[in-house]
Amino acid sequence: MAARKTTRKPNVSGDELQKYYREMLLIRRFEEKAGQLYGMGLIGGFCHLYIGQEAVVVGLEAAAKEGDKRITTYRDHGHMLACGMDPNGVMAELTGREGGYSRGKGGSMHMFSRDKDFYGGHGIVGANVPLGAGLAFADKYKGNDNVTFTYFGDGAANQGQVYETFNMSALWTLPVVFVIENNQYAMGTSQQRSTSSPDIYHRGAAFGIPGEAVDGMDVLAVKAAGEKAVAHCRSGKGPYILEVMTYRYRGHSMSDPAKYRTREEVQKMRDEKDAIEHVRDLILQGKHATEDALKAIDKEIKETVNDAAEFAKTSPEPAIEELWTDIYVDA
Amino acid sequence: MPTEVLMPALSPTMEEGTLAKWLVKEGDTVASGDIMAEIETDKATMEFEAVDEGVIGKILVAEGTEGVRVNTPIAVLLEEGESADDLSAPAPAAAQESDASAAAPAQAATKPAAPEAPTPDSSPDWPEGTPMKRMTVREALNSAMAEEMRRDDTVFVMGEEVAEYQGAYKITQNLLEEFGAKRVIDTPITEHGFAGIGVGASWGGLRPIVEFMTWNFGMQAIDQIINSAAKTLYMSGGQMGSPIVFRGPNGAAARVGAQHSQDYAAWYAHIPGLKVAQPWSAADAKGLLKSAIRDPNPVIFLENEILYGKSFDVPDLEDFTIPFGKARIARSGEDVTIVSFGIGMTYAMEAAEKLAEDGISAEVVDLRSLRPLDHDTVIASVMKTNRCVTVEEGWPVASIGNHISATLMQKAFDYLDAPVINCTGKDVPMPYAANLEKLALTSTAEVIEAVHQVTYR
Repeated sequence: MAARKTTRKPNVSGDELQKYYREMLLIRRFEEKAGQLYGMGLIGGFCHLYIGQEAVVVGLEAAAKEGDKRITTYRDHGHMLACGMDPNGVMAELTGREGGYSRGKGGSMHMFSRDKDFYGGHGIVGANVPLGAGLAFADKYKGNDNVTFTYFGDGAANQGQVYETFNMSALWTLPVVFVIENNQYAMGTSQQRSTSSPDIYHRGAAFGIPGEAVDGMDVLAVKAAGEKAVAHCRSGKGPYILEVMTYRYRGHSMSDPAKYRTREEVQKMRDEKDAIEHVRDLILQGKHATEDALKAIDKEIKETVNDAAEFAKTSPEPAIEELWTDIYVDA
Repeated sequence: MPTEVLMPALSPTMEEGTLAKWLVKEGDTVASGDIMAEIETDKATMEFEAVDEGVIGKILVAEGTEGVRVNTPIAVLLEEGESADDLSAPAPAAAQESDASAAAPAQAATKPAAPEAPTPDSSPDWPEGTPMKRMTVREALNSAMAEEMRRDDTVFVMGEEVAEYQGAYKITQNLLEEFGAKRVIDTPITEHGFAGIGVGASWGGLRPIVEFMTWNFGMQAIDQIINSAAKTLYMSGGQMGSPIVFRGPNGAAARVGAQHSQDYAAWYAHIPGLKVAQPWSAADAKGLLKSAIRDPNPVIFLENEILYGKSFDVPDLEDFTIPFGKARIARSGEDVTIVSFGIGMTYAMEAAEKLAEDGISAEVVDLRSLRPLDHDTVIASVMKTNRCVTVEEGWPVASIGNHISATLMQKAFDYLDAPVINCTGKDVPMPYAANLEKLALTSTAEVIEAVHQVTYR
């Protein structure tokens, strides 16, 4: 994979690098643990892991401010952790327990946090795109300068409602950053086999929406591109498209036979482009921290994730009465 | 401590699988993400990756073994400093029983029908003596929106031709002039997209009224209505309601053919999380639409083009609302209950009028809202009349009438002196030809005939 354009790396402090290292590592270890709990039968249904794509959300969250919103599709665990949602609550939702963000009624693909301005977690591919534009519409209507990050994949980018939304977002200058996480495979169909024109970020051109491609394995490049996109939206110029070139190491979901790509292709990405290793190298080469200091972070993250797993295993299943609640808000 | 590697579940339905091939052997070092084995599930052969790092101490299940239950230990992983010699033969853990099986099915059987008459809410919709004024359904809907937009500045209306064109059916007439382009928004022809934007805006703290030029076009947006608007409150554990109204003309108009002539009452009434109203009179149209706009839940508001120009008495009050889930006795009677809603009421009322001339006294119940549906009023009326006919323009299969028939069987079986008859649209796409179109809809004559059948006279 070669990103077609990489924004110049900004100067960055050791503290900032360690922050990104920590946030990306939390996502990876959390997802590994989720995979393990799935294997043990503690997590059911569909479970789509974010391993490999960590730099995308961590980089973009670094460009967000209080009040900004985010919405994504079903590969959503990373987004939730990156915006500061509690790993215990996320993991307990995966196990379908009372302590989960949706009290066990949503599951992996349907989780929300009003507090963190995380609006899901949507299981219908492409449906979250107009929803994200609607959140941006509300902010514009209210006259504040918040921006909505609307994430979707290269697969969702072929849905018709995405282009309906591009049109209206541009027409009404909605403050929305469309983040296309291009991990090259729509489930098992490679982009080459599903997309007539490979440069998805160009697809806003018909609506006058600027777009660019970014190296999604480089958290600093993602952050820089995110800041540029956000500045565009906040200044009232309307939407912006970022096509973030990334890669998922694991299958589409847990039940992925992995026949559509070679093991070598995956291994090469892990060896040569891994986002976490990249930041780790920057930290060590820049002498911002020692190996031991990083090991301490690793240990701390491992404990956080183990605690989340423990919480998710021991939190009770929702009470039987929960079957009948939350269907209507009392009028 | 050595870690047991368990047979993983690799699909939502997998209970056991075949350990097709080991890709590591005892003594190998593995890191997180390394492929350890190939496992055949009911769906495919899948690679199984290591989660923890360590050394393969022992392989417990040989490759080629079939029917390995999920969660059976298949290997033992040693951490740094541990030796395979330390391993005692691990007792295979008993297959974990699902906790879920222990939970009793909730709300198993409802109690057998207790033949007690329910006490429906029969309070008047507005105070006795309220002055009334004549108003068309169109004017009633228009004034409901205007009043609610004056009352709450988070209310806005969006849809095709709602602003400068003044509404394809003039329901939004003059709203642009009063409230401006920020709150009365012409959309492109893109129902799926603007329905989704509306739902997102409702999550962002606004109260959108989304107008579909007709509900036939709303079908393009049905995923956003059901999957996004109706289900999100539940899926979010109560965090995210969708206070939004989807409204527009529904059902057959006149001579517009199959794609423009469909009644969606039963479709939307099927969905938990939605509220559904289908008014007939102008007073109900106004009072229910005001309730819909104030409601914190997604509301489907089914209007009718033919009714838009019909005039009714509407209470001349500064503010009044009609609650959902409260049917109205539109005409009192003793011999039969005719249950209807929306334009079906036109046939029901005409039939009741003509039946009275023949000495048959029909009670007409206007449901007004279909979810929630006022079962009590229907049951109480049928307990009095012992006979029931339902009237709607929608198709017969899985209709509102079917639902009412089933409810009466369960709750008032002993009170029925005849099988309930459902008068519905015919089970065909709407034809264009004038004579066939007339036949495809239900009619006053059919309602009268059905009443004769259930009353045996």
